[in-house]
Amino acid sequence: MRISVEEVFETVKMTLDHHFDIRTVTLGINLKDCIDRDLARLTKRVHARIVEKGQLLNKYADVVEQKYGIPITNRRIAVTPASLLLEPLPRRTSTAVRFAKALDIAARKADIDFLGGFGAMVQKGMTAAEENLIDAIPGALSQTQRVCGFLNLASTLAGINMNAVVKVGHVIRDLAHRSENGVGCAKLAVFANVPEDSPFMAGAHHGIGEPDFSLNIGISGPGVVRSVVARNPDCDLTQLSEVIKQTVFKITRAGELIGRELAGLMRVDFGIVDISLAPTTLAGDSVAEIIEAMGVGRMGSPGTTAALALLIDAVKKGGAMASGNVGGLSGTFIPVSEDAGMIRAVRSGALSLEKLEALTSVCSVGLDMFAVPGDTPPEIISSIIADELSIGVVNNKTTSVRIIPVPGAKPGDIIHFGGLLGSAPVMKVAARFASPRFIERRGRVPSPLLALRN
Amino acid sequence: MPDQKAGQICIVTVTGADRVGIIAKLATTMARANINIVDVNQKIMEDYFVMTMAVDIGKATIDIGEIKKRLDRVGKEMALKITIHDENIFKAMHRV
Repeated sequence: MRISVEEVFETVKMTLDHHFDIRTVTLGINLKDCIDRDLARLTKRVHARIVEKGQLLNKYADVVEQKYGIPITNRRIAVTPASLLLEPLPRRTSTAVRFAKALDIAARKADIDFLGGFGAMVQKGMTAAEENLIDAIPGALSQTQRVCGFLNLASTLAGINMNAVVKVGHVIRDLAHRSENGVGCAKLAVFANVPEDSPFMAGAHHGIGEPDFSLNIGISGPGVVRSVVARNPDCDLTQLSEVIKQTVFKITRAGELIGRELAGLMRVDFGIVDISLAPTTLAGDSVAEIIEAMGVGRMGSPGTTAALALLIDAVKKGGAMASGNVGGLSGTFIPVSEDAGMIRAVRSGALSLEKLEALTSVCSVGLDMFAVPGDTPPEIISSIIADELSIGVVNNKTTSVRIIPVPGAKPGDIIHFGGLLGSAPVMKVAARFASPRFIERRGRVPSPLLALRN
Repeated sequence: MPDQKAGQICIVTVTGADRVGIIAKLATTMARANINIVDVNQKIMEDYFVMTMAVDIGKATIDIGEIKKRLDRVGKEMALKITIHDENIFKAMHRV
């Protein structure tokens, strides 16, 4: 049956009026075979591969974008966690920083805006090389533009590595003070249960269970979902869930088609479709505005958690029906600085850091892209991370923290990061009665009973 | 639809205010690039004039990027929004 005018119009309107796009195509690249005891030889091989594949990715993404008329906004690369590649090299932070710079140069040459994978899996413990890499993060991320870092600090099976959590509090604070407005911290995400195939930055990396190459795709359409919710102002919540489901089905199918075709052209394996609703700072492309269109007065006011839970459930059901390859994070992102509705909610006092934490229990990714005063002590940063990661560990889900301590800023200030990163109102940390004693006990928070499933 | 096997069907969408000569103008643009028009439909929806035109670009003398550029030019001249998408995107999105 030929496609009807109505169906064509619906799709065209999504792209013209509601910012429907393929948010990212991310090529995962295995670099394990580049490992060497000589840094120069390692970086030479890594450079050659990233440049070759990155240029191919850009070339074919243009072809597919043109063919289907759906914008492919970002083209990115995720690599094997750098800590593995650095294992045989001297334990010097300067070595790790030099490697990060090599990744940055390769990404620039391939015209790739962000490259993920400068990180480590340390949920249970750290090897000497991993510890060295973590120490190198402030230098590496403040001296590069395109490299993103991730650390998996906890998992449901391992518990929480509190030694690493304590260390990371200092690393984040140090990184913040080495970059303007602390913006270097936007390139570092710390996780519980990090997925190994997410196409979204800053956490994207090419996990050890992955093939040589894997093309993962992140679709996005908060604007599309908001518009369908707004067009149904009076239906009950069951029906509302249905219309969201149907819309997400459609955009996921578009993502799957484009991802498969691109992977075919590049002759690499197609990985997953990440169905996460990812907002941008563009007007109307906001997750908070979906929640508000559902009938909650302002993002953060009572009813928000329930509305968000319903939204994400409908997104997952529509996405799972549309594709057998749904993976990655596949939840909903509520980054503060990158979503105009979230910024408004924080500024008006409707959304506090505590409510934001509660919302992360029903959605991915976690406490994302939020600014705090730059003098927030490292142990408070670590405590915030520990709280957030526990939500992930106990609920068997991914959670993450991307916190930006802004030097010299106080609660209420607005910090402009520019570009994709948006601008963040500095949030108040309710730390009047905080004590470092809990964090400083260190050790490992044991895995929950939930982990004993065999 | 046996013709689809040989060619590549794309859907050209035109939205804006209805006026004399839209189809004629598009038909000329297509013919010049050896593009066959397979089907035309139009409707008024949500106050938009919407026309869809299925075309076979399998034997076109120019690639889809160039077709797009020419359509943009026509769109500018006639104050219309014109897009072109491979038909499979609609099939993927609207057919289970």
